[in-house]
Amino acid sequence: MILQNAVWAVALCGMGLVALVFIHVIIQAGKPADEAATRKSARTARMLQGWLFAVLLVGFVAGSWATLHRFPIPLQHAALPAKQVVEVVGRQWSWQITPATVQAGSLVEFRVTSDDVNHGFALYAPDGRIVTQTQAMPGYTNKLLHAFREPGTYTVQCLEYCGLGHVPMKTTLEVVAARGE
Amino acid sequence: MASLVMFPEDERLAGGERVAFNLYMITAAALFVLMMLIGLTMRTAQAKWLNVPPDLFYNLLSMHGAGMVGTMALATTAVMWFFLRKYVRLHLWAFVANYVLFMLGALCIIVSIFVGGYGALWTFLYPLPLDSAGLWTSWSAALFMLGYLLIGVGSLLFYLDAAAAIIKVHGNLGRALGLQWLFGGTIDPNHPKAVVASTMVIIANSLGILAGAVVLVMSLITVFDPQITLNALVAKNLIYWFGHMYINATIYMGVIAVYELLPRYTGKPYPISRPFLWSWAVSTVFVIVVFPHHLLMDFAQPRWLAIVGQVVSWGAGFPVFLVTAYGALANLYRSNIRWTMPSRLLALSMFGWAAGIVPAIMDGTIHVNLVMHNTQWVPGHFHFYLLLGVLAMVLALMFHEIGSRAHAPPNSGADKLGFPMYLAGGLIFVLAFLDAGHLSVPRRMAEHLPAWTFTDKLGSVGAILVVLAMLYFATRITIGLLKTPKPGGVGVGTPDTAG
Repeated sequence: MILQNAVWAVALCGMGLVALVFIHVIIQAGKPADEAATRKSARTARMLQGWLFAVLLVGFVAGSWATLHRFPIPLQHAALPAKQVVEVVGRQWSWQITPATVQAGSLVEFRVTSDDVNHGFALYAPDGRIVTQTQAMPGYTNKLLHAFREPGTYTVQCLEYCGLGHVPMKTTLEVVAARGE
Repeated sequence: MASLVMFPEDERLAGGERVAFNLYMITAAALFVLMMLIGLTMRTAQAKWLNVPPDLFYNLLSMHGAGMVGTMALATTAVMWFFLRKYVRLHLWAFVANYVLFMLGALCIIVSIFVGGYGALWTFLYPLPLDSAGLWTSWSAALFMLGYLLIGVGSLLFYLDAAAAIIKVHGNLGRALGLQWLFGGTIDPNHPKAVVASTMVIIANSLGILAGAVVLVMSLITVFDPQITLNALVAKNLIYWFGHMYINATIYMGVIAVYELLPRYTGKPYPISRPFLWSWAVSTVFVIVVFPHHLLMDFAQPRWLAIVGQVVSWGAGFPVFLVTAYGALANLYRSNIRWTMPSRLLALSMFGWAAGIVPAIMDGTIHVNLVMHNTQWVPGHFHFYLLLGVLAMVLALMFHEIGSRAHAPPNSGADKLGFPMYLAGGLIFVLAFLDAGHLSVPRRMAEHLPAWTFTDKLGSVGAILVVLAMLYFATRITIGLLKTPKPGGVGVGTPDTAG
């Protein structure tokens, strides 16, 4: 599943759930409670708050572990396990990418830097979705690891505002099928 | 404990206080309209309904970003001042000095953008302000930074005055935050929520502004002597530390209006509690250390900083969901509230903050950030809780104060029409941004590909509704605030008069 679709679905559910809770309370807000009912709802509210805390805590711990134990950013000061290396330099307002062709199916190490201001190195798949990205920052080289699943023409688009030529600052990267396929 | 009297005597504005408050609120309302019109211009340009040259687009983007953040800070400072002055003795000169310095700073920024051509955005990310490729002058970059410095000095002056006043009453900032009651003891039920929230803002935002001052002065030096260079990553850390804290502080200043006003409209007490104090203590720390989530795509940063960025971003949701939004809902539940403009806006503000934090938490996840960073998902989430959250908090106080002058909360037919227009327009506007982020549409771009313009058009329709509603609100607020208060006791109101 495309990650963006999963994120969109989870966000819509989360925002929808918040909206439903608000709608429920707002509907109930018009119904006055006597003293006994107020005391009872206060006790229920405290209990529900405890449960909400427990649910959020479990989600926090499980979610943090699930998203962090396989850390998505490679170690920057170690040799990386990629056979293909691409050097990327961003400058106002063009990309220098060497080589501009890589093979699908195995890891590619992108070494991304900038000659002038901050740029954003984003790779767009042929279907128009971002597959991965990193920043291109002067004085630093960010190492990005990515394995392309599908061959095709990928678009490199600057995603960090860098001046007047920010929009046209793009190029292409050819991803070809692995040899032997 | 917050008062249940609708218009208490100790909130009454008279003489210089009234002039200063009116200046803040009327200026803010007018600026919100202007900055929204700039935002609408950009959205319609992206939708290809309007032709805006790229250089002008980036001028407008710089103005919109700096203008909205600044105006939000100006308005929520007035919210904090309005309520805090009931509990500690604030000096009017500090409040007025902040306004004067803000206006001077705003003037510098406007001249820098529209005369000097500055277009390096409100984030002034080093070294872009120095490297315009001939598009803007170096003096305009310097003037922009000077404008920020003036605004920062104004905020610090106000915070120093507020800190001194709080310490005078509560002994120290820790006691003002209620730290002495975190692990036990009997909580003073009269300890004001406004003091707790203000103390948190003073601590966190003063640090942020100082970090901003450091990077602004360093950048100014490089403008005048380009041979002196900065470390771009250090500069970025300082900028986001400052920028994130500054805009976050607006939420924490604005929410004071909810704590103070909501119980008056529901007629139910909204007592202080241990979870409330824990939430603000934790938030004080979180808001200071959460900024690395802006640098998740800077892989050269130490790994532990990225982890802090994600973990704290997630953790920051706890106080919002568990205490503030939950507490407001518990107060609202079966309260027999009478819906008027202030009470509608208070409920909306809690929804905007709570729902808007969902996409924010998702974007703070490193895996998600790899495909969402710098897409329109980002303006989607922050417009959600700024437009439907913080601005609604500010508008609630503005409408409440109009009600104070007339001794009855506003609830005209036009108000009843303006509110749903604002709500519907706001939702369409922010959901269009979020959907565009889901479709990988980049942010901060003068021109969009034809494949991206559907959500731009949808967003523009939402923006038109919001601007129309805000135009009405601003007019109503300006006229309402300039009216002379009706004669009679200000403190006569009770929850029963809320209808």
